[in-house]
Amino acid sequence: MRRVLPRLGLYGLASLIVLYSVFPFYYAIVSSLKTGQQLFDPGLIPPQIQFDNYAAVLGQGVFLLDLFNSVVVAVVVVAVSLGVGVTAAYALGRVRFRGRKLLLLSVLGVSMFPQVAVLSGLFELIRALGLYNSLPGLMLAYLIFTLPFTVWVLTTFMRELPKELEEAAIMDGATPWVIVRRVFLPLLWPALVTTGLLAFIGAWNEFLYALTFTLSPEQRTVPVAIALLSGASQHELPWGPIMAASVVVTVPVVALVLVFQRRIVSGLTAGAVKG
Amino acid sequence: MAAVPVACTQDRAPAPPTLAESRVRAAWLFLAPLVVLMVLVAGWPLCRTLWFSLTDADLKDLGAARFVGLDNYTGEFGVLRDPDWWRAVGNTLLFAGVSVAIETLLGLVVALVLDADFPGRSVVRAAVLVPWAIPTVVSAKMWAWMLNDQFGVINHVLMTTHLISQPLAWVADPSLALGSVIAVDVWKATPFMALLILAALQMLPTDCYEAARVDGIHPVTVFVRVTLPLIRPALMVAVIFRALDALRVFDLVYVLTSNSRDTMSMSIYARQQLVDFQQVGLGSAAATVLFGTVALCTALAITLGRVRLEGAAG
Repeated sequence: MRRVLPRLGLYGLASLIVLYSVFPFYYAIVSSLKTGQQLFDPGLIPPQIQFDNYAAVLGQGVFLLDLFNSVVVAVVVVAVSLGVGVTAAYALGRVRFRGRKLLLLSVLGVSMFPQVAVLSGLFELIRALGLYNSLPGLMLAYLIFTLPFTVWVLTTFMRELPKELEEAAIMDGATPWVIVRRVFLPLLWPALVTTGLLAFIGAWNEFLYALTFTLSPEQRTVPVAIALLSGASQHELPWGPIMAASVVVTVPVVALVLVFQRRIVSGLTAGAVKG
Repeated sequence: MAAVPVACTQDRAPAPPTLAESRVRAAWLFLAPLVVLMVLVAGWPLCRTLWFSLTDADLKDLGAARFVGLDNYTGEFGVLRDPDWWRAVGNTLLFAGVSVAIETLLGLVVALVLDADFPGRSVVRAAVLVPWAIPTVVSAKMWAWMLNDQFGVINHVLMTTHLISQPLAWVADPSLALGSVIAVDVWKATPFMALLILAALQMLPTDCYEAARVDGIHPVTVFVRVTLPLIRPALMVAVIFRALDALRVFDLVYVLTSNSRDTMSMSIYARQQLVDFQQVGLGSAAATVLFGTVALCTALAITLGRVRLEGAAG
């Protein structure tokens, strides 16, 4: 009995954790499959599965366009961050030079920035560059949080690679550029996938800049589209379509996260515990 | 389990100075794009925000801004004399303090469960990642629906179990709104906390646990005397990270309770001044105060982290 009881407690606690974590998303899915009056009956299983809400959301071309915007912005931001991040991480992680520590500290400092602190300055910059209400404007703005993060995590990964590899390459007369491309890049693939994923999620979820730097529905990203989704009257929110849109936006991210579980966890802890 | 920024201390093979020099030159070349981009999107806008906070800038015509000294901070209509601002400060601090405290406790529990060895552990671990993966805006909407006063499942459950006699307006009632915001944040951020603590737990040496078990020491005593002190450094880092994140909270509050004064955070206040009221000067001043607060906390965190690290090394 003394051995069974703790086991039982552990399983109880574990089930509670699973229920607590998953239930809200499950309930969103259930709600998104209900229509009309069914929505106002809080049953946990939809009486019949109907895709009306999905049709309503995806039927508006604007939501599809916003989905596309989100993908484009996130992909470009990740590509730029990784491209700039790899070479910077090589310099910060493997070369000793004066000012390196200061640079690392400023990178860390920028990643702690409250985003609103640069809002007015960024607004001015984006407008001056003629990028207000456009996707390139958002891409530029997102670099402020994806770039420091990418550089930081890649630097910690870069440091863990054995130095013998690099020494051999130096002996062979390889230039730093060749070392990065031929020696480190192939070894860094797992780290690039991890960092890229985390940066992608960051850009996909961003809200403050997307809300502030875009104006027309056609230029929005999905978080803004969902936040501003409204019905016929102001007091009556279209909960069915909102839940359908939420599920559409969330499923790809949750799938990615579950597929790359281990990588994501290692990236998170590298970025934070080691950071 | 290295901590906050440490310079790499690896010794490199002795190389002729010319090689080292060319490596340093290459390093700066490699860093140039990063430095240029960071100055462009972070450094310059931050300086402009500081400048705007000293002017009467208006969103419609930023070029016409005039220098007004510290008026936006301490003037008659200055941020520091606005009761709404202090209310936002109070909300933010309360939100950050309470949510991070609960997240730490819950995170510890979840991490301990995940650290135990039982079949099905991977399922629990995958489930825990779900709230973390869901975009903040989406989690706010999902919870807003569950917390809906008329049709929400939470009121429904509480009513049918007779825990409450009439539906509660979770997000509209001033006395409940901030609590609801905290509850959603706890749901969303506990996984992050749990994963960081789990990483620390899994790096603990096993031998002292063997010794404790042989000696028949109660598990709770072992946890308090051995585990907690050993994971404290990692726990502190996780708490600091979460706290900095909580201080700048925006999305969750904005979507769940919009511009309600009962839950307004410092970030929401700053953006409202800036965008809704077009008063870039005032908004920038508020943003600057928030930046100062966060910068202070960051500096403190980095110093603490380094002190700990040197202590560990020596």
